[in-house]
Amino acid sequence: MTKKKTTKKAAKKTAKKSTSKAAKTKTPKAAKSVKKTTKKAAPVKTKKFVFDYDPAPESKAIVNIKSRYEHFINGEFVAPVAGKYMDTINPATTEVLAKVAVGDAKDVDKAVKAARKAFEGTWGQMSGSERGKYLFRIARILQERAREFAVLETLDGGKPIKESRDVDVPLAAAHFFYYAGWADKIEYAVPGREAKPVGVCGQIIPWNFPLLMAAWKIAPALAAGNTVVLKPAEQTSLTALLLAEVCQEAELPAGVVNIVTGAGETGAAITAHQDINKIAFTGSTDIGKIIAKAIAGSNKKLTLELGGKSANIIYEDAALDQAVEGVVNGIFFNQGHVCCAGSRVLVEESIADTFIKKLEKRMKQLRVGDPMDKNTDVGAINSKEQLDKIKALVAKGKTEGGNFHEADVKIPSKGYFCKPCFFAHQSASSTISRVEVFGPVLSIQTFRTPDEAITKANDTNYGLAAGIWSEKGSKIHKTALGLKAGVIWANTYNKFDPTAPFGGFFESGYGREGGLQGILPYLEVK
Amino acid sequence: MKVVKTIKLYINGEFVRTESGRSYSYNVAGKNTQFARLCQASRKDFRNAVESSKEGFKSWASKTAYNKSQILYRMAEMTEGKRHEFEELFMEALGKTQGEATAMVDSAIDTFVYYSGFCDKFHQIAGSINPVAGPFHNFTHIEGVGVTTLVEDDEFDFQKLVDSICSILTGGNSVIVLLGEGCPAVLGPLAEVFATSDLSNGTVNILSGHLDELRDYIAQHREVRSVSFQSSREDVFHDMKQKSTDNMKRMIPRHKKQKCLENILNFVEYKTVWHPVGY
Repeated sequence: MTKKKTTKKAAKKTAKKSTSKAAKTKTPKAAKSVKKTTKKAAPVKTKKFVFDYDPAPESKAIVNIKSRYEHFINGEFVAPVAGKYMDTINPATTEVLAKVAVGDAKDVDKAVKAARKAFEGTWGQMSGSERGKYLFRIARILQERAREFAVLETLDGGKPIKESRDVDVPLAAAHFFYYAGWADKIEYAVPGREAKPVGVCGQIIPWNFPLLMAAWKIAPALAAGNTVVLKPAEQTSLTALLLAEVCQEAELPAGVVNIVTGAGETGAAITAHQDINKIAFTGSTDIGKIIAKAIAGSNKKLTLELGGKSANIIYEDAALDQAVEGVVNGIFFNQGHVCCAGSRVLVEESIADTFIKKLEKRMKQLRVGDPMDKNTDVGAINSKEQLDKIKALVAKGKTEGGNFHEADVKIPSKGYFCKPCFFAHQSASSTISRVEVFGPVLSIQTFRTPDEAITKANDTNYGLAAGIWSEKGSKIHKTALGLKAGVIWANTYNKFDPTAPFGGFFESGYGREGGLQGILPYLEVK
Repeated sequence: MKVVKTIKLYINGEFVRTESGRSYSYNVAGKNTQFARLCQASRKDFRNAVESSKEGFKSWASKTAYNKSQILYRMAEMTEGKRHEFEELFMEALGKTQGEATAMVDSAIDTFVYYSGFCDKFHQIAGSINPVAGPFHNFTHIEGVGVTTLVEDDEFDFQKLVDSICSILTGGNSVIVLLGEGCPAVLGPLAEVFATSDLSNGTVNILSGHLDELRDYIAQHREVRSVSFQSSREDVFHDMKQKSTDNMKRMIPRHKKQKCLENILNFVEYKTVWHPVGY
């Protein structure tokens, strides 16, 4: 007994010694004193190197931007009935890129009639395997013309070329490729049951992922045997219209895909059209509610992919540098114009200070500026309207306490740019913690227990996505079960794949896009 | 002389009178004689039911699929035990023949058994493992939407009522049933089935009352995540849909058929989890 005691004591002593030693060597004071002594010995001034990136601009030459773009109806580009056009600009330079047709109820009606005719004729009569082959063809052409699409996407929308090149365009092609294969396998999507296509689908998409959202909407709809009338966002119509050219190149039968450009009124004409069987909308929760209300009196089917205020939970056992990287990707990817952006960080209290320091350091390294530069991390805010909205919310946030930090980076004087920033330790009821900013603005709060993290994460009307950072698998799964969100990323964030269903709970919408579950909203099960 | 009882509401596992102190007479089919008195649930009763249903949902959702299956099977057993009570009710109140009443109870019991067997299977049919192009174990898991209100058909169909309740429960949700005008007296024995089937309090609440009085509150209540609208009054459905858009409720129209997977999938959410794979 006594022996054991002494050995324990000894062990404790040595442990104490070693920890105190370790602590000493780790403290910055100790490090400084070491530096001082070396300075005394050799007082040579070390030169500070600043590594900067040379410009690496992507060429615009590959894209031929026309001066004017028309609607794509019944397989042809046609002028708007009312003859109205709107400007589309490059938000990084504010230059006008082209004029784009403004659709009204008459244009929409023409498009719906073409879609109905194709649904009852060519497309409706075609076998699944033939339909699939058209979709495979579109996927391939998208891949072949990927660079053209990427450049056009960045010019029209302001997102960094590395994102449109590495994320948007390859994923858009992958979506067509994935759903192409479903076209002749619908019976396996609803085993034991019979299903038929819904009919003519009206699809309205946002400006944050213009081509990718068009692919998310068109590919499953066509695979299931439907025809579509799609309206891209008024800010970013060009890649959707280039996709229309791809449809022509793929010899897709006339009327299967129709694209009517325009703003809110054009969208309202689509939702109001009597001969549309289903509406699919991606965009803000406010507009989603207006659409839901507008069609509540009809029997139109509806899927909505709306906003979010997604939580990114960082446990103290997380690989911290990896988590910082993930948080940066979660909120600053695509300038924060992402419905599932990890806009609320919930970090365990014990590591909060370290995390915030690391995050500040990492944010300083972000390259904000010319979206066409291949080194740019954060591009241009999509529009002046959005920039004003972000600025107003940040200004309001600054009046609500907490610590505000803005990345110490330069931004171009021309164009719409915004420095990445965060608000730490604001109350859970603060504007930035509750409202979807849709910009590079992060809210940071702390928690002490997993239950508290889950409760705080779920304390929102939204339920789109969430992130969990931990090195413990069981903890990740238990947390994932408790989170009320449609997509959960563990030790990663903002990953998308055509096979993985995407969509939200509660006010983040209804229905899923992607995967087997993503084809169901386009089918009528008998 | 027969003793006529007042059938109470079933809220949070208890049989209670409406807080509003109101009741209405329910007459025997085709006659002017009273079968029973029923409580006319108020807005406050409905709100109490939602409070209880939130807790009932937590408890029900956390039960294993096997356990849910067994509880639904227990409901079949308890209905069998109350067979005569149900049959007498249908004969006396609805004027059914013995044969018809027996068939009604038989089909309801079969429906309990059908969904009992689905609780631990539909995840495997409708959930998925997704072969994403990256080092992730990616799967889509199914869970209930939450508190659901069932607006029952105005024409009483016992099997359909049981189907509507079971499809909501099987999906992992709690349910508040608002019985229609068809046969609200079924509340008594049916609530006793749920009260004796090892359900936690609040997982099933049953109210009798008037849809026109309660419909706006049901549509606008933010904690009610979904409504299963089985009544034939389509205009009321569209009106409730309109009034519920602000809270983005899942408004489910009349089921096309019974005993099927679709009915369950109307009340679920898909959750896709990306879990890293690596050393």
